[in-house]
Parts: sequence; C-alpha cells; structure tokens
Amino acid sequence: MAEQRERPLSPHLSVWRWGPAMAVSILHRVSGGALTVAGLAILTWWLLALSRGSDAYADFSKLASQWFGLVVLIGLTWAFFQHLLSGIRHLVTDAGDNFEITGNKNSALLTVLGAIVLTAALWFYILGGAK
Amino acid sequence: MSLGNSSTELKKVRGLGSAGEGGEHWIGERVSSIALLLLGVWLIASLIMLPSLDHATVSEWLRSPLGAVPMALFVVTAFWHGLDGLKVVVDDYVHEPGNNFALNTFLLFLAVGGAALSLFALGKIAFGAAA
Repeated sequence: MAEQRERPLSPHLSVWRWGPAMAVSILHRVSGGALTVAGLAILTWWLLALSRGSDAYADFSKLASQWFGLVVLIGLTWAFFQHLLSGIRHLVTDAGDNFEITGNKNSALLTVLGAIVLTAALWFYILGGAK
Repeated sequence: MSLGNSSTELKKVRGLGSAGEGGEHWIGERVSSIALLLLGVWLIASLIMLPSLDHATVSEWLRSPLGAVPMALFVVTAFWHGLDGLKVVVDDYVHEPGNNFALNTFLLFLAVGGAALSLFALGKIAFGAAA
C-alpha cells in the first residue's frame, strides 16, 4: 500500500515572511484567545462575586488589586484594544479595501501603536485618579 | 463537471469553504464584533466613570436598567463571539474530524455554561434587594 503523503493544510505558517500584517494577524488571534479564555473567566468570576455579597466581592477586589491582578487586568485591557483596532482593520479588509501594500502595512503598525497608547492612557487615568 | 449532474456551478460551491459549511458563521462573527465594539467601549467607559468600584456602587449600577441590560447583552455577545473565534482557530489547527468535533463541542458547552452562569449572577444582582 502506498504511504499517504502528508498534504499541506492551511494556515501555511512556514511559508510566510515576518511582517507587520502577519504579526498583527497573530496578535489578533492571541488577544482574542486571551480575552475569551481569561477575560470571560474573570468576567464570570467578578459577576458571581458581586452576586454573592460584599464579603465575596471584597475577596475578588483584594486579588484584583494585587500586582499580579493588575498585570492580568492591564494585559486584558491591552488585548481588548489590540483586538478592537485590528478587528476594525479586519472589517475594512473584509469589505475589500486596504489591500495596497503601504496602506495595509501602515494600518497594521497603527493598530499596535494605538493599542499601546490607549492601554497606557486608560491605566494612567485609573491609577492616577485613584489617589 | 460530470455528465448527469444538473446542479449549477454556483450551487456546487456555495457554502463549501475549508470548514465545509456556509458563510453564516463568518457573517455572524462580524456582526457580533460590531456589537462588541459598542458594548466593550460602553463597559470600560462605565467602569471608569463609576465613582467607586465597591460592592454597593457596582451593585446599584447593575440594578439599574442602563447597567443591567447592556451588561446582559455584553455577556451573551462576548461568549458568542469568543466561541466563534475559538472555533475558527480550532478548525485551522485541529484537522482530525473526531478531535475537531470533540474540542468544538467542549468549547460550546463551556461557553454556554459560562454565559448561563454569568447571566444567573447578573440576574441575582439586578433583581436583588438594595443592600
């Protein structure tokens, strides 16, 4: 019996050269995965803690305001803004626009920059306003 | 094209992407992304505009219709969109049909369970008595 040949299946990760568009595509998936798995778990946990009363909620708040809690929340905020901006860029390309190399590349870089700026601005506001 | 098959070319290819089914999933993912763009920005804006994130303030906010209703929509849409996104990743990387079905079914149960749990908690807060 002839041995079955391994046929290539999408996505062909090995044939792509690194570039902004590819990196943002990967970031879109990574941030989406993080938001779904960690983000929705924390959302559910937060709502459950709220519903169980002030003691359970205090336990949640205490964990969330520790340094590791803040790292997770800041990370999720970044993931939200990255996914939001690359998602908007995704909708534009889905509609058939922004396929010129320069514009496509610049918009990819802009989503990365924008997500960092928005995350920094939001957390400066939150931590600065907490004084 | 074989003889004796009177289907049109369009009929044959309609709905036959790499996933073997139609475009409804693709469209649905984009519709929910637009909803989440609005609801996600609403959630972050609401949280930073609350005077405090203590139990009493957040509970009171979620007892009001303008807090509880968008939050319920956010929960449902976020789990829906998150499940949609994870399915795309699973379909890209898990090719063996049995494993693909098992993993997608597991994620479906997890998402529906998580959404139900979140909505239960939200309902308990929203319809609960003021402290």
